[in-house]
Amino acid sequence: MIKVYTSSVIEASPEAVWAHIRDFNGLPKWHPGIAESRIEGNWPSDRVGCIRNFRLKDGGMIREQLLTLSDYDYQCTYSILESPMGVDNYIATIKLTPVTDGNRTFAEWSAEFDTPPGQERKLADDIGQGVFQTGFNALKSYFGRR
Amino acid sequence: MQRITRSAVIDAPIERVWEILRDFNSHDQWHPAVADSHIEGGEAPDQVGCVRNFHLRDGAHIREQLIALSDSDYISTYCILDATVPLMRYVATLQLKPVTDGNRTFWHWQSTFDTPPGREKELADMVAKGVYEAGFEALRRHLREQDAGRVRSASQIAARGGEMVGQAMVLKAFGGTEHLSFENVPVPAPGPNEVRIRQTAVGINYIDVYVREGEYRMVTPPAPIGMEAAGTVIDVGSGVHNLLPGDKVAYAYGAPGAYATLRTLPADQVVPVPSSVDAETAAAVLFKGLTAEYLLHRTHQVRAGETVLVHAAAGGVGTFLCQWARYLGARVIGTVSSEEKARIARDNGCDVPIVSTDYRFATLVKAATNGRGTDVVFDGLGAAAERENYESLAPTGHWISYGHASGALQPLDPGLQSAKSLRISRPVLFHYTADPNQLRAMAANVFSMLDRGVLKVAVRHRYPLSAAGAAHNALEARQTTGPIVLFC
Repeated sequence: MIKVYTSSVIEASPEAVWAHIRDFNGLPKWHPGIAESRIEGNWPSDRVGCIRNFRLKDGGMIREQLLTLSDYDYQCTYSILESPMGVDNYIATIKLTPVTDGNRTFAEWSAEFDTPPGQERKLADDIGQGVFQTGFNALKSYFGRR
Repeated sequence: MQRITRSAVIDAPIERVWEILRDFNSHDQWHPAVADSHIEGGEAPDQVGCVRNFHLRDGAHIREQLIALSDSDYISTYCILDATVPLMRYVATLQLKPVTDGNRTFWHWQSTFDTPPGREKELADMVAKGVYEAGFEALRRHLREQDAGRVRSASQIAARGGEMVGQAMVLKAFGGTEHLSFENVPVPAPGPNEVRIRQTAVGINYIDVYVREGEYRMVTPPAPIGMEAAGTVIDVGSGVHNLLPGDKVAYAYGAPGAYATLRTLPADQVVPVPSSVDAETAAAVLFKGLTAEYLLHRTHQVRAGETVLVHAAAGGVGTFLCQWARYLGARVIGTVSSEEKARIARDNGCDVPIVSTDYRFATLVKAATNGRGTDVVFDGLGAAAERENYESLAPTGHWISYGHASGALQPLDPGLQSAKSLRISRPVLFHYTADPNQLRAMAANVFSMLDRGVLKVAVRHRYPLSAAGAAHNALEARQTTGPIVLFC
């Protein structure tokens, strides 16, 4: 089991950032790696248990299930059901925390998963930098860089 | 009940911020509201349960107790015991998290408390603004002042960036001390993940003699030798976030080259030296202290009530093993070569010193253990003492061969091993220190034992770096007691 942890500071209130994150079907609107997304079975995108089925810009298809969603804690967790990345038992968490000093947001994106032997470093980089940090960078430029 | 939460982002790596905040008594150095502070009863300021007793600049007097401290989660929790300010049932938790994007620190500070009716807002403001918000700003200022001081002192040492010329004791060929030559050597600027150090003290270890003689083929002459030194950071390469110019550091590193005034080496093999420990002491203790640390905690976890046998019990590693094993509650039997050294061993926690000059000690070890033998043998002797060490071990005992002063230990006959169900380990320090996190944990353990007075060290033998050969001669002639340090 490996753990990946990426964190950043976004120049916007947690409410504003959370409005982007909490829409489980909203990845194409803010994450540059995602081409299109839909929620299976016509479920609402904030119902725990819903499955998003999305396509990466490089063509890969991924299905992920929303496990928890808390508007009170600004936190959600989700798991990967199917993906071409070669990860197993993947569970990720996004959490926002207010930075009272400056009305900014401390954003954490972490994941735990298993990988085939020898792939640990590559997948940790692909996910920690390629997915999580790329997402933070997009949110930072959307809200204006510090 | 009131709940106050304040948070901020500090533009410094988490290790640096935590180094300050984990010290429960540091607040009078950086927080402007605190006039003076001390820890009651002489306890360490990172000891859970310790009490800080302090005055605020407005005259208020407060006693607070540290109730939790986690270095892995960067959490400190404390409560007010007594205060002249009416904050009741006050419990505060301070937590740091890394901002991986930019190597900064997120600082979260939260408390709950009760106040007398009508004073809720006044006291909530005092905590939120006067303590927490003012604290964020003050810590930023404190870090800037530290930076200014460090950059100033580093710029006095060298301009950053270029190659420098230092001096080193270079081994020209394997053999005697005549092959050690004091020479100018180029010292490159630190590359990625490297650090360059101005060394002020170099520790001498017996392994240096083996390297010089060529018995351990760890260098190809001409090359400087030496495994251990302490000094000050001159500059760091890219990717090094936990060291700054001016930091006091030490290392016990597996690649020889420590007999030098300047050195560039991997930053993750360097450990910070606390302010309570000077560079000479750090150079004298780190290698031997790390050795004692892994032997007593990792190769074997010594428990109270066990009996251990330590050879050369008045020697460098031997005295540390005696001091630390005794502290852990073990009964320590030691061998030494003279009555004088028996006295030294006894002063360092050895319960039963045995004087032996011919590797004969098993009969006395048996006599001291009601015929049972010891649970552990820390064997730095090797071949000549093989039979006696075997005889000294109790059934299911642990034979830890970490050195071989009298020649390499041959593999033990499986029948003999089975006859006592012995466990045999042949550990090497650098396998334990290869992981930087483990190395730092081990070094912190050693320095904390020094701080508490469990490990005691007195440097009596000092030579200039250029006289390393004379120091080797004295070591090999067994004319020294305690550590030998070269000064640069």
